[in-house]
Amino acid sequence: MTLPSARRRLLAAACVLTTGLALTACAGNDPADSAEPVKAVSQAEIDAAMTKPTELTFWTWVPDIEKEVALFEKKYPAIDVKVVNAGQGEPEYTKLRTALKAGTGAPDVAQIEFQYIPTFAITESLVDLRPYGAEQHAGTFVDWTWKQVTGAQGQIWAYPQDTGPMGMLYRQDIFDEHGITPPKTWDEFAAAAAKLHAADPDVYLTNLASNQNGVWMGLLWQAGAKPFTVTAPDAVTVSVNDATSKKVGAYWQKLIQDGAVSTDPDFTDGWFQGLARGKYATWLTAGWGPVFLTGSAASTAGKWRAAPLPQWDATKPASGNWGGSTSAVVKGTANPIAAAKFAEFLNTDAESTKMFTTEQFFFPATKALLADPSFTGQKPAFYGGQDVNKVFADINATVNPQFEWPPFLDQAVTDWDETVGKSFADKTDVGASLDAWQQRVTDYAKNQGFQVATQ
Amino acid sequence: MTSTRLRGTAGYLFVTPFLLIFLALFLVPLAYAAYLSLFREQLVGGVTFVGLDNYVRALADDRLVAGIVRVGVFFAFQVPIMLGIALIAALAIDSGLLRAAKVFRLGIFVPYAVPSVVATLMWGYLYGREFGPFAQLAGELGTSVPDFLSPGVILGSMANVVTWEFTGYNMIILYAALRAVPKDLYEAAAVDGAGAFRTAWSIKIPAIRPALLLCLIFSVIGSFQLFAEPQLLQRLAPSVIDSAYTPNLYAYTLAFTGQEINYAAAVSFLLGLVIVVTSYTVLFLTSRRRPQP
Repeated sequence: MTLPSARRRLLAAACVLTTGLALTACAGNDPADSAEPVKAVSQAEIDAAMTKPTELTFWTWVPDIEKEVALFEKKYPAIDVKVVNAGQGEPEYTKLRTALKAGTGAPDVAQIEFQYIPTFAITESLVDLRPYGAEQHAGTFVDWTWKQVTGAQGQIWAYPQDTGPMGMLYRQDIFDEHGITPPKTWDEFAAAAAKLHAADPDVYLTNLASNQNGVWMGLLWQAGAKPFTVTAPDAVTVSVNDATSKKVGAYWQKLIQDGAVSTDPDFTDGWFQGLARGKYATWLTAGWGPVFLTGSAASTAGKWRAAPLPQWDATKPASGNWGGSTSAVVKGTANPIAAAKFAEFLNTDAESTKMFTTEQFFFPATKALLADPSFTGQKPAFYGGQDVNKVFADINATVNPQFEWPPFLDQAVTDWDETVGKSFADKTDVGASLDAWQQRVTDYAKNQGFQVATQ
Repeated sequence: MTSTRLRGTAGYLFVTPFLLIFLALFLVPLAYAAYLSLFREQLVGGVTFVGLDNYVRALADDRLVAGIVRVGVFFAFQVPIMLGIALIAALAIDSGLLRAAKVFRLGIFVPYAVPSVVATLMWGYLYGREFGPFAQLAGELGTSVPDFLSPGVILGSMANVVTWEFTGYNMIILYAALRAVPKDLYEAAAVDGAGAFRTAWSIKIPAIRPALLLCLIFSVIGSFQLFAEPQLLQRLAPSVIDSAYTPNLYAYTLAFTGQEINYAAAVSFLLGLVIVVTSYTVLFLTSRRRPQP
């Protein structure tokens, strides 16, 4: 380590330590810097870093990820990766923020979901991976996933790990019983919902969970809405109640108020029960859904099938994404090179990425695996031998690449829960609740110093 | 050097460990929170000194006020029920008329040993509309399933959980106080012809008044700081319990969801103030009618 870089690091550390207290911003961290061309780290520096005994801490909630980590450690014996499960999603983010604020205890690499990348980028908590050779992987990943990890000034904030293009899992037996064919359009879906509800009031065509912002965002994504657009580091466009959102809102409001669709909170005991005992005839879910369902509704094996989401325009199939994760390098790491190379290896190495699909059953983010017959050719018995992965791989190609997340997602989600989600549960006016959501998000963003525009 | 002075120094030495921990874990964080509450950190624009702006904002914050009123209502109906049951249980055990008093005492105390998170998860299951015992019973009887998590009922459901958890704790405090009442008072009462109920009402309850007050103050603090129960039940009833349901939940949401740590500090301070004022009011009201010695 050269002296100047050590000093710079010390200064950076001092910046991190004092942001909570000092009134002045640290000059070196100015967002405008990111627009300047990035200086690549040399191969010699990389070689030095990868052979120096180093310990990396990796926060992730992926079960058994030690297997993939072992591949990395085998290739780079000098580097020891400590895997820590700091909680799934929000609990991890809360801990990460606390550690970053405290200036100590943050990991070198952290699992972060796609939608949270802008939220951590705005607080300058992530390391731009371009100097470490990230750009060479632009073609490795599915285009929309790469767009999701790319910042407004071209920064690469993370490597995609798995994704969740949205499709529909449905109960073939319930459909057969009531003479329903898998709806191709949302109109057909609404007709099927009414028909099913009339025939059996205890069965709902689907459940639109009142606590699941992720699904709502995925449905907006499919419909082509652009609820959030970051136009500058300090400017954001909020249009969560635009015409497209209102259209989607009115559509679901009718189904909910007619009682044709339930709104139970998802991932609760009651919801799992509902899935298992056939209360919901479909689950609008993501690429990771098929494997998840296999584990959580084992008693319904063989009864499910997969199809794309119903469409607004059947001639232009579209989908959105729900879930999936990335590996990001956390600002303040003492070993940025090793950390960046670890995140890179984990998500680009052929053996490691393949292992994710066979051990953790991830829905892959790389083009190679999505075209790999050993992945797409699987015919699980749970889905009556249907090639489910192929269905979702095809859906993946229809995911709109232009979808952005706000730089304050936690707040936007909480506000959604208490406005739009609540209107689902209470069967009230979804359009009015979208206006309320718009208002609350706008107020928050202004309060946080953003210039807020509406489309 | 006199021996008194030595003894004085020794006294300070003995309290030093406590003072150090008190300083490090209570006073310093408190001062730091007070300091934080005077600033505002924005996602864009960084940190600025804003004086008492956060407090001004908090006083006009409808969501905070609604939360404080809600826990006030909770306190007003939950605490009398809980302390009433605890008092009756303590008197019953103390009366010596109960068989298997030890089993009874342990049984009523055990819920306190269950962490409130576990207790809430357990009750959340019991309240469930899909598969809880009440749902099953309703299914057997063919009646509609009661919704314990609906907007009008959920505060009562939560009060039930808290009562279940803390009745035993209060009962132990009251029971311990009862054991310390001099026995000759009972003998005198018996000589005067007082029965068990008369003794309980005229001797035991007045004698344990300080312990009752202690329980009451603990309950004020506990009610106003309600957090774990609503936070966990939120997952089961997301449309009923919002992020500002109780002031503590609101402060937590502000700090960790909205990243408004400074405002959260101000809200916490105001909540502390409300608790102090309420505690003093309760003390004042209950000690006013105390007979003069």
